[in-house]
Amino acid sequence: MKRLLPLYVIAIYAFLHVPLLILCGFSFNSSKFTVWEGFSLVWYEAMWNDGALAEATLNSLVIAVVSTVVATAVGTLGAYGLWKKNSRLLSGSMYLSLVTPEIITGIAMLATFQWAFRYLHLQLGMTTVILAHVTFSMAYVLLVVMARLRTADPALEEAALDLGATEWQAFRLVTLPMLKPGIAAAALLAFTVSFDDYVITALVAGVDSETLPMVLYAMARRGANPVVSAISTVIFVGLGLLIVVSERLQKA
Amino acid sequence: MMRLRAFFLLPAWAFTLLLFLAPMGIIVVYSLQTKGVYGGVGEPWTFENYVRLFDPLYGVILLRSFAMAGAATFGCLVLAFPLALYISRSGTRKTLLLNLVMLPFWTSFLVRTYAWMFLLRDTGLINSMLFGMGLINEPLPLLYNDGAVVVGLIYGYLPFAVLPLYSNLERLDKGLLEAAADLGAKPWEAMLHVVLPLTAPGMRAAGVLVFIPSLGAYLTPDLLGGGKSMMIGNLVQNQFTSARDWPFGSALSLGLMAVVMLLLWALLRRDGEEML
Repeated sequence: MKRLLPLYVIAIYAFLHVPLLILCGFSFNSSKFTVWEGFSLVWYEAMWNDGALAEATLNSLVIAVVSTVVATAVGTLGAYGLWKKNSRLLSGSMYLSLVTPEIITGIAMLATFQWAFRYLHLQLGMTTVILAHVTFSMAYVLLVVMARLRTADPALEEAALDLGATEWQAFRLVTLPMLKPGIAAAALLAFTVSFDDYVITALVAGVDSETLPMVLYAMARRGANPVVSAISTVIFVGLGLLIVVSERLQKA
Repeated sequence: MMRLRAFFLLPAWAFTLLLFLAPMGIIVVYSLQTKGVYGGVGEPWTFENYVRLFDPLYGVILLRSFAMAGAATFGCLVLAFPLALYISRSGTRKTLLLNLVMLPFWTSFLVRTYAWMFLLRDTGLINSMLFGMGLINEPLPLLYNDGAVVVGLIYGYLPFAVLPLYSNLERLDKGLLEAAADLGAKPWEAMLHVVLPLTAPGMRAAGVLVFIPSLGAYLTPDLLGGGKSMMIGNLVQNQFTSARDWPFGSALSLGLMAVVMLLLWALLRRDGEEML
């Protein structure tokens, strides 16, 4: 058993990483088929020249940045509020969206938007997508910031209040600085779940708000397309850089 | 003066209420109504949609969803347990090895699913290689079946199984294994009678954390199963789009939610809340 276990472990790591490595590798293949014919950047060129793709990527970035900023702010304040007065009903209903299958969250939001449009002069588009993204990424922010707050010492704030700080000052000057690494990690998570989401987004998106995952999905459905491999590689590298940069920033 | 903390909670509560709880409420209302002629929703009020959940026509899809989620859960546990055991005994390399498990998790779920389409499709890598080696004349039907979906689910949710098992094994008292060895147990006996029973809470948590997203999966069966290997999630989507039967789709969603809540409740009741 002692000798078999490492082999087994190596096999699992291969299972986790080899499919993605192969996908990235073949994005540099000059052939359209899955037979290696030589190194080439044609698929990256095709990706670069695809106008619809660029527009979808821009949409995805705008949505991810806006919803990350809002979800991080709202989620951090919410986590602090829950920390001060933990109500199981409140926290339970806020965490519920984490375990709800995405397709259910998506159709429920769609039904709500459609119902609200009877009374509001609006339609599905960037606004509805951003509202949906804030809602589901906020739950992740709550989870991460709450985990950080659980290790915090409430006595610190009490000391600040005893010394004459207002509630706001105690939050702003004592707790918030302590939470910074947690908030950064939460924001990173919020960004990735927003940038990556397909199921909910596709349901609540309108004609002007096609996102990168929606374009990828359509391409993947249509059949083998090396451009998808090229985009995937770019997403890996981009997210990898984002993680490295945020780790650096947290340490600095 | 109203306490400040109420204001802190207000925005988060507003989003939860207006964009999560209210939508769920609307789904509850729709599930009790009747589909209109043009696909709308209206009166009369009825329980008919819930009765239809037990229609054999849909029963096949529901049963298959449970079977596939069960298979994915079993696969994840079998793969994750030795891995978590190995990591928990790796000393200084623990963080690195855990991060390597989590790494694919940071990349797009869509891309991870596409990677398997790339490997499994008729003109995919596996078939091309077998063809190139002269082992097959016709491509093997690897994609668009239940097996492909289960592999995709295992691939997608394996980290959910590794983390709780790891934290369980990490806390395991090493002295117990030494005691078992001193008392004459062979390593596999100690594993079977000491380690496995003590990791039952980790197994339960891992099982539920994999089963829940697998049962509600939409993208994996959609892309890897094609039209042939539908799961509940696809049926729900179908009711809201092409079938335009929102009341039945709503009843299906709530049935799925009930299973999810029941599983979570059972887990929390048994193993406490601190683990989540």
